[in-house]
Amino acid sequence: MVDVTTPSSVEIHKPESLEAVELEDPWVTLVWNDPVNLMSYVAYVFRSYFGYTDEKATELMLAVHHEGKAVVASGSREEMERHVQAMHEYGLWATLQRSGQ
Amino acid sequence: MRPFRRRRRGGVFAVFEPGEAHLLVSLSGQVVELLKDRSGTDAADDDPLARQIGLGGPSLPPEDPVLRRLLPDAYRDDADDAAEFRRFTERSLSSSKVNSAESLIGSLLDAGLGLADVDESEPIEVELDAEGVQAWLRSLNDIRLSLAVRLGIEDDDDLELLAHSGDDTIGAMTEIYHWLGYVQESLVDALD
Repeated sequence: MVDVTTPSSVEIHKPESLEAVELEDPWVTLVWNDPVNLMSYVAYVFRSYFGYTDEKATELMLAVHHEGKAVVASGSREEMERHVQAMHEYGLWATLQRSGQ
Repeated sequence: MRPFRRRRRGGVFAVFEPGEAHLLVSLSGQVVELLKDRSGTDAADDDPLARQIGLGGPSLPPEDPVLRRLLPDAYRDDADDAAEFRRFTERSLSSSKVNSAESLIGSLLDAGLGLADVDESEPIEVELDAEGVQAWLRSLNDIRLSLAVRLGIEDDDDLELLAHSGDDTIGAMTEIYHWLGYVQESLVDALD
């Protein structure tokens, strides 16, 4: 019978940095500011495509407008590619990249 | 023009003067032509098998700045990834834009716009269902993007400068650009 109270001799190494064990997906969709797209339209796209609340969509739209860009979604690379393609269909200027970039 | 409004029984509608409707048809038609010219040019470079299964498209961004804005790179700092993505997606992006523009033209023709008789005086009442709304939003946006590139609008200050341009052609294009923004805004507002 195994004595479960015996301390194991196996050492658990701490990861070098916490980043290594982050479970978050490493890709993001960015939407960039341009002077053409109407603020109301951009907020509409965020609401209707991503299903964001009015508040969240407006917040993201304002971030794009004032900061030049905003992360509007994160997840797998394939998912972000689909989002970017959809944003381009709406005429928004979007790109994807690794979130750390 | 009477801007877009919501109908109680569903759908949205707007009324355009014939000249305005013709302008929309003409601008949408130009977007269609531009996109179709692009999708016709790179056929020779394609992998025939990929073409057969409808995958391979051009991998280099268009030279025309308007097309580059309508069909932008998906990766900003990685040319290889951008090329690869473009090769597999540009055709479908382009045809979705063509479909929207053709749908906009179609709804004006369905509403009674005659292309032969430019002197007609009857206003054109356009009614849109959910699908029509999407097509209009997207193609109004594509037309505005195209005009903005031609006008050199890169930031808000440029719009300010255009307002004081002495050039008649630029003045007229700027006016159309603003009018299209008004039409699009009224459509977005009508959806709320």
